Amino acid sequence: MIRVLAIATTEFRILRRNRWLLTATGLLSVFALALTLSGATNSGALGVDLLTVSVASMTTLAVYLVPLVALLMSFETIAGDAERGSLALVLTYPVSRSALLAGKFLAHLSGLTIAVITGFGLAGLLAFALGGAGMASALALARLMLGAVLLGSAFIAIGYVVSAFSGSVAAAAGGAGFVWLVLVVLYDLVLLALVIWDDGGVFSRQVFPWVLAANPADALRLFSVTASAEQALVTGMGAAAAVLPRWTALASLLIWPVLGLLLARVAFARRVP
Amino acid sequence: MADRPVLDAVGLTRQFAGAHGVRDVSLQVHAGERVALLGHNGAGKSTLMKAVLGLLPIDSGTVSIAGQPLGTVAARVAVAYLPEAVSFHPALTGREQIRLFARLAGVKTGDGDALLENVGLADAADRRIGTYSKGMRQRLGMAQVFLGKPMLALLDEPTSGLDPMARHDLYALIDSLAAGGTGVVIASHALTEIEARTDRIAILRHGQMVADASLKELFARAAMPIHIRVKAKHDAAALFDRFGGRRINGAQVEFAVTQDQKLARLAEVIAMGAQVADVEIIPSSLEDLYRHYSGQEERA
Ligand SMILES: Nc1ncnc2c1ncn2[C@@H]1O[C@H](COP(=O)(O)OP(=O)(O)OP(=O)(O)O)[C@@H](O)[C@H]1O
Ligand SMILES: [Mg+2]
Repeated sequence: MIRVLAIATTEFRILRRNRWLLTATGLLSVFALALTLSGATNSGALGVDLLTVSVASMTTLAVYLVPLVALLMSFETIAGDAERGSLALVLTYPVSRSALLAGKFLAHLSGLTIAVITGFGLAGLLAFALGGAGMASALALARLMLGAVLLGSAFIAIGYVVSAFSGSVAAAAGGAGFVWLVLVVLYDLVLLALVIWDDGGVFSRQVFPWVLAANPADALRLFSVTASAEQALVTGMGAAAAVLPRWTALASLLIWPVLGLLLARVAFARRVP
Repeated sequence: MADRPVLDAVGLTRQFAGAHGVRDVSLQVHAGERVALLGHNGAGKSTLMKAVLGLLPIDSGTVSIAGQPLGTVAARVAVAYLPEAVSFHPALTGREQIRLFARLAGVKTGDGDALLENVGLADAADRRIGTYSKGMRQRLGMAQVFLGKPMLALLDEPTSGLDPMARHDLYALIDSLAAGGTGVVIASHALTEIEARTDRIAILRHGQMVADASLKELFARAAMPIHIRVKAKHDAAALFDRFGGRRINGAQVEFAVTQDQKLARLAEVIAMGAQVADVEIIPSSLEDLYRHYSGQEERA
């Protein structure tokens, strides 16, 4: 445990020195604040408060940005250590690969949590200051933060998998970009194409919602939506969410980080430093 | 029991697709012993070290470190390693890096600070490693070897990239390590350094161990010729007729003798009296020895 903490503090320090922490926090803050401000002009039209609209648009943002930020934090770590030769050295110390991975995860998860809470929290404060926040929308914001952290931890773990399989940092960067593109962008496009092609058939009504929930990024959308009817109204995700049991999205968001870490552990075990 | 080797590798084999890796290599190292591991580029020195450390899965063979089988925590506690051309995360300072290693080794972080001083990094300790020169990174790597008083230290080309003074300092560090009872294996290409600084020499060729003995023994076993160079007072022709060999710029003759002929031939030279201006004995160098063992097959 002391060793896990030693690795975690070191990795967190690297995150700070690399300015990844600052970049991630800044990126999320700027977008969240901009969305909240732009929401201020049209929230009246839907008959809901500003923060509700803001959470809806921030959810859409989080689906793209949080996986990206998470991958950026984690993709370098194993391939980079291997490239420098320090991975081989660390592994000759009495520290297990699991402990090494746990330490890194702890650090990257902390960094991501700080970025998410700061970014979305600032947007919440802004909405409150503008007088457009209530109890329900504050809860929705907390829910978004939780979902975003879970989504981020899934992608941190996926970043490790990519990194463990990559021969070099450059390859890991490419791999991380590819994974992001496939899971966050192409997945939705393919589903959309299938739904259109199916034209309201069995696939759209029965299969589609489950396939949607199976992807952690889409699970965040569903998770954020199922919170309230108001959210469903703003995001238009209500139809899919209605088919699924309430726990589905949260389950997907919880399973992915665990699955990702297990996969990362297996990939890391196979790696010869 | 006191004489149990700190490293006992027997029949170690690790093949790579298309490369030989190491084949049936055995190596014993005792406490306080300094062993030089020599061999051409690609001979398998780094592979042998990684296999011994459990970093590289082996095809067959057994390894024990301080009596502990390969891969156990106890074995990892007993061993220290300096990888070839190691580098560290550029964003960390030297002190942060050594303290991390100290925590991983389970020793006090203060020990790490003291080690930085020993390797001459005290002034640079709080600078980022990204700003270090190659030699400074190498020193940092060397500092971590001392953490936790290892029983066995494997150093992969520790002096590469170091200036002459730094090399001298590094060998002083290695000596102190060995004096403290650590068995040290040093892979190196710097033959002249090795000569004075190690107790035993092991030579790998194409992944196989072709020599493993003290320098003296290796010289004796190789039965390599000693060269005698005679300078003539006036004309080298008579000397050349007598001893053969080859002529060097007119006035000198150089010829090879074996160890047991040496004195007899020297007596002959001296018997020639006034014809001889000077005589020089040139022993075979470590380089000749290295060439003898690491190139055996090519010559045969
Ligand atoms: N991961 C690997 N995959 C395939 N072949 C490898 C691998 N590592 C080493 N080899 C091969 O094994 C042989 C021994 O390599 P090794 O690195 O042990 O040599 P070395 O003696 O340390 O050489 P050098 O003096 O250049 O450091 C080489 O032919 C090398 O190409
Ligand atoms: Mg090598």
